[in-house]
Formats: sequence, C-alpha cells, structure tokens
Amino acid sequence: MTEMKLMQGNEACAAGAIAAGVRFFGGYPITPSTEIAETMAKKLPALGGCFIQMEDEISGMGVVLGASLAGRKVLTATSGPGFSLKQELIGYAACAEIPVVIVDVQRVGPSTGQPTSPSQGDVMQVRWGTHGDHPMIALSPWTVRETFDAAVMAVNYAERFRTPVILLMDEIVGHLRENVQLPNASDITVYPRRRPTKSRAAGYQPYEPEQDMVPNPADFGTGYRIHVTGLIHDYTGFPSGSPVVTEKFIDRLHRKIAIAQDEITHYDEFFMEDAEYAVVSYGGVARTAYEAVRKARAKGLKVGMIRLMTIWPFANKIIEQTAEKVRAILVPELNYGQLKYEVERAAAGRCPVSLLAKYNTLLFTPDEIVDGIENLTGGRI
Amino acid sequence: MQERTYEKYFRQNRLPHIWCPGCGNGTVMKAIVEAVEKRKLPRDKTVIVSGIGCSSRASGYMDFDTLHTAHGRAIPFATGIKLANPELNVIVITGDGDCTAIGGNHFIHGARRNIDLTVVLFNNAIYGMTGGQASPMTPLHKKATTAPYGSVDRPFDACQLASAAGASYVARSTAFHVQHLTDMIAEGISVEGFSFIEAVVQCPTAYGRKNKMPEPAQMMAWLRDHAVLQKAWDKLPEEKRSDKFPIGVFLKRQFEEYTKAYAEVIASAQGGKK
Ligand SMILES: Cc1ncc(C[n+]2csc(CCOP(=O)(O)OP(=O)(O)O)c2C)c(N)n1
Ligand code: SF4
Repeated sequence: MTEMKLMQGNEACAAGAIAAGVRFFGGYPITPSTEIAETMAKKLPALGGCFIQMEDEISGMGVVLGASLAGRKVLTATSGPGFSLKQELIGYAACAEIPVVIVDVQRVGPSTGQPTSPSQGDVMQVRWGTHGDHPMIALSPWTVRETFDAAVMAVNYAERFRTPVILLMDEIVGHLRENVQLPNASDITVYPRRRPTKSRAAGYQPYEPEQDMVPNPADFGTGYRIHVTGLIHDYTGFPSGSPVVTEKFIDRLHRKIAIAQDEITHYDEFFMEDAEYAVVSYGGVARTAYEAVRKARAKGLKVGMIRLMTIWPFANKIIEQTAEKVRAILVPELNYGQLKYEVERAAAGRCPVSLLAKYNTLLFTPDEIVDGIENLTGGRI
Repeated sequence: MQERTYEKYFRQNRLPHIWCPGCGNGTVMKAIVEAVEKRKLPRDKTVIVSGIGCSSRASGYMDFDTLHTAHGRAIPFATGIKLANPELNVIVITGDGDCTAIGGNHFIHGARRNIDLTVVLFNNAIYGMTGGQASPMTPLHKKATTAPYGSVDRPFDACQLASAAGASYVARSTAFHVQHLTDMIAEGISVEGFSFIEAVVQCPTAYGRKNKMPEPAQMMAWLRDHAVLQKAWDKLPEEKRSDKFPIGVFLKRQFEEYTKAYAEVIASAQGGKK
C-alpha cells in the first residue's frame, strides 16, 4: 500500500483510470465533473498521454473513440446536460465495439437543473439513454477509495468486453474528500488491449467473436486495414442488411455481457444474517443509508442493507434472494424513483418494495432513512 | 494502355458502389487515392474517416484502415486518431450537410486547432442520402424537397469558413476538373496542418432533377461552365461572376501543427523544458 493521503472522489477517479492504463482524455468542462478533466490535463502529458479540451461533449465523445481505435485506453467525463449530448456516440461505441469509459457525475436535472447539487437522476438514462437495443455496464462507487477501484474496473471491463462502460458517480462522492490509501501499481490488475490472434492471410475477420463472444478488431495503423462502422455489420466489419446477421449481432452484443454477469455484479451485504427488512442503496446515498441502518439496529430493528456497486447489469440474483428472505425492502434514492422499480421487478412480488425519494437538492439525513425503515416495519421489532 | 495503378487502393470485393449512375462521388474518391499514391503515403499508416451521407460511404470502398462514423462527427474521431498516433496520415471524407450543418462546429474547431488532417468535402449542395433536402450549401433560390419554393437560407462558403477558422490550406475544385482536383488534394496532403479541399460534385438524382439538370452530362457541363480558375476569377468583373465560382488554392500558410504543439506540452510536462 502507498501512503495515506487526502483525496477527492473526482481525483481518485482520474488516478484509478490512469492506473488502469488510460492515456487519453477528451471532454468538455461541466460541474460537478470538471476536476476529473483538470486532473487529467495535468497528469497525462507527464505520462506521455494526451488531454484535449473539445468544443462540446459530442466531440468529447468522438475524439476519445477515435483515440481508442488508434490504440489508446480512453476516458471522458461529464455531468447532466453533457451526458445527454454524448448519447448518440455511446450507442456508436456499443455498436462498433469500441472500448471507452464515460464518467457521469450526476447533478440535479432536468436540463440545467441544479448544477451543484447531488442527484441520482441519471440511473435510467445510463441504461436506456441512447437509441436501440444494447447492454450497458455501470458502476457506482460510494467512497473515494472505491472510486479508484471502480475506475480501474471500468477501464478493464471496457477493454475486456469492448464496450462503453459508465462510471456512475454523483456530486456527493465526486466532491467528497477522504483519507485514502491507494494500492501499489504492482497490485493492480490491468486488462490489456485485445489484439488479433490471426493474420489477414490466415483469414482474420475483425468482428469475428472469440470464445468469450468478444471480437478483436485491430488497432488502426497495425496493418490490418479494417473497416469500422455504426451500421450493423457482419464478422468482416462491413455493413449487412441481412435479418439473420442483424439478429445474431444484437444477440451477441447482449450475450457477451450476460455470460459474465455474475462476475461483474458487485455488491456488499451488511447485517443481513438475521434481517427481516432490507435497505437497497447505491452511490453517495448508501453512506447515509448505512448510518441509518446502524441507528435502526441500535433501536432493535432487524434491518440489513444491500449496497449495489454494479448498477447495470442489474443485480437480479441478490435482490431475488433478499426479497425471498425479508418482509419488505426500502429503496432510498435522490430522484423521483428510478432504481426502485428495478428492485421491484427483481423482487417480483416476493415482498413489497417501498421508495423513499428525495429530489430537492438536499441529502438524506440518517434519521429520514430511519423513519423510512420504521414506516416499513410498521413499528414492529 | 495506361496502368490503372489506383485500383489497388480499392476493396474490389466491396464494389460495385451504391452511388447513382452519373454521381460525382466516385470521381472524387478516385482523385483521393491518386493523391495518396502521388504523395506515396504508406497504406498501412493511412486512415480514412468519414461521416454519414452518400459521400461518406466512400470509406467502405477504400482499402486502408477506414472509419465510417456518425453524421457530422468525422472530424472529432479523426482528431482523436491523429492525436493518439501522430504518425498516421488521416484523411476525412464528408458531405456539405455532414461538414457544415450537423458537423459545422467540429469543422471550425478542427481548423482552429490546425490539426494535421486532410478534409475533403464532397459538395453536392444537397442532402443526397436522405433524398434531396436543403443543406447549408444549397445556393439561394435553388429547390430542394424541404425548399419546394426555392431556398431562402443564405449558403455558407465553406472555403471562406475554413480560412477564417484557421486552416493551413484551403482549395476548391470539381468532379469535372479531375486532374486539377487530384492536384488540389495531393497538395493538401503534403501540407502539415488542417487542409481543406472542397470538391464540387454533381448529384443528378437529388439536386439535378429538382433544378433543371436531371442528366449527369448537364451537371458536368454546368461544372465546366461555372468553375473559374482563381487567376481568371480575380480578373472577372463583379457583374460577370453571378453564379460562377472560383477554383484553385485560396490559402496556404504555415502555423504550428497541433500534434507538434502537443508533443512540446508532453516534453515540458516530462521536465524537458521550463
Ligand atoms: C444525427 C443524424 N441526423 C440525421 C441523419 C440523417 N441523415 C443521413 S445523411 C444526411 C444528410 C447527408 O447530406 P450530406 O452530408 O450533404 O451528404 P450527401 O448524402 O449529400 O453526400 C442526413 C440528414 C443521421 N444519419 N444522423
Ligand atoms: S443521391 Fe446524389 S449524391 Fe447520392 S448517390 Fe445519388 S447522385 Fe450521388
């Protein structure tokens, strides 16, 4: 371990991405994500990497996709309005299978909303924001230290699955400062850029999937002369209008993530052994929820907590198991109600799921969540 | 018979192309590969990046690393490729709508940064792919499906736009003036910095039919009669210019190229300087 230092969530995000091998950042400034760009602008050139401030978030997305195709590991970061602008090219990355990590430090919306206030209002946009059918990976850290790990993981998943990965932060964690001890570089596992395993002469096809259903399109400039497009394409990489190719392609995009779902679904369980009630929480709100659950326990309430780090793909299994075991689930969210419905879907009637929604710019207090738990239990201990 | 050496630059198995009979896009695509050959660009270190439109389909036929991006976004992708690996030669293929409407902001900022890209705009003065809607380069009073009474939107002069925004090289030619066009592109490739070449092309299908030139030959004749070499243009009195337009090199200047400038940033961050 390295020495202890005081670090901000956004700085930890930049540090994690760099540790995972990111050497190219493109983006456009926006609160509350700007410190990520500023940190990258300072640190990347010293590592031989590049930072470029683009004219908007669309080009911020385009420039990192170009750099990724040229062989760099890439990152872009934004918030609210900027995340909306990036959507079309997030879909492009999903379709053309280009590794990229997009950080979204959530703020209150819609529109310009409340730029400096925390929110969890983009949870569904992360999943469904761009048009068409595609899977999504999104990770939501709850501490500064975990932000570092989540950034490493996000870069690794983007490279491994050749897909866009969203690091879903919020203003709470992004601007939080905590004492952290980062791992030594030698203790960090880095997934290398995938490369062709065959020559052109041996029949290499850039979009032919490997065993893990992920293809290895060659980096530009390495002699393979590949074609990359956002049109639906076959293994050659060239567009195809065939219904069979289209169906197979969209299936594979989903299946390559689905077959690894258990491995990439991360969550914590707290006080669940004897729990009769559960709080399901994520991101900055999970910090308050954890405190609330401890307070409720001190009052004698048998309540536990599931803290989701992987938001997408959704952690169906643990929610199913939890719903089987407890009398009711509470989902506190800093939005009008988003992931609650996903929890409810997974619980599938095994137990009631209640929403505790807050969307007035203020954080939950632990007591508000304790009240929510008490309402759930109907005062029953 | 003269050897058609440029043919090696095409993906023969992707041809024939999707363009209409008599379309000018193929001519410009050929001029690009001839310019590449003339400049002896190593094929495996040359990347073709295009947007979306009839013209942008060219990338799929060209045997290089090729990237068919999203509508209007070719220049940002190309910027990322060039900055990530400056040893690559990057050529951008774009349409008038792609470049000056949806991609207009990226176009001026690419020129402003003076990053070493060669951008070839296939100007057919219309949205070809989507069936003939007006573009920001449709001339005044010309017809389009979305300007059935004639366009009242003042058009851009993309060459002036590139010049004002900071490009290093700006030229125009047409699909009629094939040799001239090839020379304009070849010179653009050799300039270090943002090079912009507007290639005026005939689109008999979406533009010609709406504007009394349904035959490709009529459009070719129009190009021949309306394009005026820069020198002759300078001497042409204002009243005789009317709907004619100049072709040739409009601008060539030296200014530090972006990836070179960034290499200095890296050197200074690594403690080389300051
Ligand atoms: C974001 C987005 N908006 C609209 C379209 C539809 N579209 C495809 S090509 C095109 C216009 C193409 O015109 P131009 O760039 O002039 O190229 P041309 O087809 O004439 O060569 C439009 C509007 C699209 N593909 N993407
Ligand atoms: S519509 Fe026009 S630009 Fe498109 S292929 Fe046909 S002639 Fe060419």
